[in-house]
Amino acid sequence: MAAGLTDTAEADGREAPASGLPLRGDRVGRAVLGLLLPLGLAIGWEIAVRGGLAQGRLVPPPSRVLATLSDLAASGELWLHVQATLVRVASGFVLGAGLGIALGAVTGTLPLARHLLDPAFQALRAVPSLAWVPLFILWLGILETPKVVLIGVGVFFPVYVGVSGAIASVDRKLVEVGRIFRLSKPALARRILLPAVLPATIVALRTGLGLGFLFVVAAELMGASEGLGYLLVDGQQFGKPEQILAAILTFALLGKAADTILVVLTRPLLRWQDVARDIL
Amino acid sequence: MLTFRNVSKTYADGTRALAGISVEVARGEILALVGGSGCGKTTLLRLAAGLDTASGGTIRLDGEVLDRPHPGVGLVFQEPRLLPWLTIAQNVGFGLADLSAPERVRRVAHALERVGLAEHADRWPRDLSGGQQQRTAIARAFVAQPKVLLLDEPFSALDAVTRQDLHGHLLGLWAETRPTIVLVTHDVGEAAVLADRAVVLRPKPGRIHDIFAIATPRPVDPDANASTTRQLRAALGASLRASG
Repeated sequence: MAAGLTDTAEADGREAPASGLPLRGDRVGRAVLGLLLPLGLAIGWEIAVRGGLAQGRLVPPPSRVLATLSDLAASGELWLHVQATLVRVASGFVLGAGLGIALGAVTGTLPLARHLLDPAFQALRAVPSLAWVPLFILWLGILETPKVVLIGVGVFFPVYVGVSGAIASVDRKLVEVGRIFRLSKPALARRILLPAVLPATIVALRTGLGLGFLFVVAAELMGASEGLGYLLVDGQQFGKPEQILAAILTFALLGKAADTILVVLTRPLLRWQDVARDIL
Repeated sequence: MLTFRNVSKTYADGTRALAGISVEVARGEILALVGGSGCGKTTLLRLAAGLDTASGGTIRLDGEVLDRPHPGVGLVFQEPRLLPWLTIAQNVGFGLADLSAPERVRRVAHALERVGLAEHADRWPRDLSGGQQQRTAIARAFVAQPKVLLLDEPFSALDAVTRQDLHGHLLGLWAETRPTIVLVTHDVGEAAVLADRAVVLRPKPGRIHDIFAIATPRPVDPDANASTTRQLRAALGASLRASG
């Protein structure tokens, strides 16, 4: 008996180091791992340019990009552009995601609406969104409205498809639990459908947000006097690759930050999920 | 009293699942529906639960026709069907939304205590074993205090020890409010342990082959129960042979 206990304890002791691998649960370790490749490339390029191995005229070294970024920040110009871009993405996201959720919910739950609307939406989805640009300019001018609408279109489709698909694939067995307890239609929607589609909806929102950033560039390329997309065009026209890279870097940071905020805000809603992410 | 009168069910594709089922279940009785697969046991239960509609005949609870989910009728499915986004306590209290919060909490706590899951109240379904999940599902059905509780092979996916344990929990809960229970099972031993009567069904279409009274007192003595189990098994065998 005593020997058995000792064996178990030893077995546990042997297992402990295995579960303590640096890749598991160690968030700092994972973050460092994720930074290795970009940092390595950046440092390598910096050394190459400084060492005279490369000119760095068209691909400026990180130090020049960072210097440009800090100049833009110091003059206040960067914040103006960031703000303009964020306002456009946020407006387009709210517009596209709001409509996507509403129409996805309608077509997901009402067969008549699905047969009526879904084929048209699927056909429109097949149109490359940038093809709308000339039409939007003709219809809505060149100011803010067409930009926000274009971003909204980009966000709408992944959210719409995600939400309507998620509703259509809610487990019938769970819906029957609601029926057995005689939930009204609104209660069924609130207590069963909504939580059931939440994970897929959040994934769809993340995809939509990513596309929002994709489309804000397109929107700002079609004519803007401020915004990160404007910085890109400006950098191209005046031959300032460091400014283009600074804008790209800012896009990357903003996109990642926005996605992280979305994930963090929605994480408490998904605590119940039994996912493989943590063990893979 | 739960009454099945000449109940039949034919599906849209023409499959006759049930024909001429007539049986009365007394208040507080535990009735087992026994039979091989495809003899309409689950169909009959779904009709009584109001999840499907009968093609002919009627099912009544104290005279009231059951053709849609009824507040007096609870159902435990074959699989636990817990809502993964609710804790164990929230799952148990799912059907009690109309009660005041303190009353709901009190009832849920009592039910969890009764099925031995009090310490798991705040855990997610994913953290529980299959047996614990099924106990949660049974507690969820009992806590609403239905007059009739329908159980659709709730123990079929569990191992023998867990199954016995759950039989105990089920009888314990039943003894409190004594609802009428209709238990679908393909396990004649289970029917003999739990039920007052067993209805043996035969398939194509599902109809009643025989009805057995099980005269064993509770708690059940396995030896005294053996002859009932043998009889039931013989009847089930005959029903299966009859259906070819």
